[in-house]
Amino acid sequence: MIEAHLAKVYAIWLREFKVFLREKSRLVASTFTPILWLFVIGSGIGSAAGFDAGNVDYQTFIFPGIIAMSIIFTSVFYGSYIIWDRKFDFLKSVMVAPVSRGTVFVGKTLGGMTTSLAQAMILLAIGAAIGIPFTAVSVAQAVAVILLMSFGLTSLGLALGSYMYSLEGFQMMVSFVVFPLFFLSGALFPLDNLPSWLGALTTVDPATYGVSSLRGMMLGIGSADPLIDFGILVAYTAALGTFGILSFRRMKAV
Amino acid sequence: MINIRSLVKRYNGLTAVDGLTLDIGENEVFGLLGANGAGKTTTIHMLATLLKPTSGTATVNGFDIVAQPSKVRESIGIVFQAPSSDDMLTGYENLHIHSLLYSVPGNIRKKRIDEVLELVGLFDRRHDRVKTYSGGMRRRLEIARGLLHKPKVMFLDEPTLGLDPASRETMWKYVRRLVKEEKVTIILTTHYMEEADLLCDRIGVIDKGRIVALDTPANLKASLGGDIIRIKTHDKNAGEIARKFDFVQKAEFADGFLVLSVKDARRSLPALLQVIEAESAEFSSPTLNDVFIRLTGRNIKEEAEGGFMERFAKYD
Repeated sequence: MIEAHLAKVYAIWLREFKVFLREKSRLVASTFTPILWLFVIGSGIGSAAGFDAGNVDYQTFIFPGIIAMSIIFTSVFYGSYIIWDRKFDFLKSVMVAPVSRGTVFVGKTLGGMTTSLAQAMILLAIGAAIGIPFTAVSVAQAVAVILLMSFGLTSLGLALGSYMYSLEGFQMMVSFVVFPLFFLSGALFPLDNLPSWLGALTTVDPATYGVSSLRGMMLGIGSADPLIDFGILVAYTAALGTFGILSFRRMKAV
Repeated sequence: MINIRSLVKRYNGLTAVDGLTLDIGENEVFGLLGANGAGKTTTIHMLATLLKPTSGTATVNGFDIVAQPSKVRESIGIVFQAPSSDDMLTGYENLHIHSLLYSVPGNIRKKRIDEVLELVGLFDRRHDRVKTYSGGMRRRLEIARGLLHKPKVMFLDEPTLGLDPASRETMWKYVRRLVKEEKVTIILTTHYMEEADLLCDRIGVIDKGRIVALDTPANLKASLGGDIIRIKTHDKNAGEIARKFDFVQKAEFADGFLVLSVKDARRSLPALLQVIEAESAEFSSPTLNDVFIRLTGRNIKEEAEGGFMERFAKYD
């Protein structure tokens, strides 16, 4: 019984993974953007403003933020790809199979986590090359944060995608979900001395806790207590996962 | 195998399926024939548990479509109007993934996949990406996919929509082979008369969500009685004139043609042409299209072809 369910989750994941491996342009494009930010914004802003946050240069400071950026973009987009699956009827062929919505949901989120992790690994390798002081522990911690974040945000993408019936909805998602999640997360600036309205917004952004955990774990700065940040991230992830699965259950099949 | 009782589906005040009652037997090839928007696809979607009926009920393979959806799903295979395979994957990969979703046992999985690929003539192309398949091949892959788990019932929703005539005939060949080799009850929807005539044991003509006729193709045609004469004429009174002849059983205008039902067209046509000013005239033995016109007062072909779905679904 359990085995049959696992086989079905595997089937959904396998399809996602194969498509991921074959759509090289998608992988290249979505890895290239964070790299561009890391080097261009990282060096550009770093040299323009007299940046100072815990004795690291700006590029190093934003490195964990860029990892988070890559996860935010990849995961939310990935989840909202459900709109395409529906447009091209692939979803219908899955919905008509004896597979529960929950199983499809888990398979899809695993696919999103795989994609996000693969991209984050490329970025971690680049980080090692530009001198981020990784330790075995901090990498392991980072992987845990990456998986949590991408699970939560893929769920969010799936949830929002399940309410949308046209591809135009995709553009809305970029403007109103993806960019705010990224800009408000503290990926690009320290959160200490923000105007109060902005500070308040950053505290409701789930990605803030991902960025903060990553930065604390990798660089030892920017977080009062990475464990608390991590705890809040876990709570957010659980909430987003619940939102995702509930939305996915009520989604119309045709 | 399928028992439908007073099935109704309403969308925002629009009634797509209006109290459908129908029984389909084991190993029958049943055709739902109707124009676009007649309620064919909505009916199929309800039977396949993708849509909940507004009221009424149906059982498929003895399972209730509302109360036991997963039992129903295990019992059916379905080919949708538009191909739904992932074109980034190969034909084999698509089938492999679906065999997992349908819990086809591991020890026979590969054998069964090869078997259905063979059945639809795609075995040699199994390791090519679906992207490279023609429209007809994609549709056949969907049939193979629907058969993987040896379903009791197979739904084919407009299996040849948007295919060119040659691919359509190939498709028919495979559907007939399927009937012979897989022993499965088939419900197919179509708006192609020939297709229904050629493939189906029985046909339900569906119009505005209701079954308006239900019989074998031969009986449906015979119900018109005799031959059909079609006369193109501008004479508004032609119908009146024609009805004066004893041998004219029925006369009505459809799409600018005066359509007459007569016993023997060869003998009655000359007499008619003497009194009706005709631009052209032709006669034929009844086709299902004539049956459809008689039942609905409309011509199925002109409504269906060039429609949005038709253009949308052209893959070849």
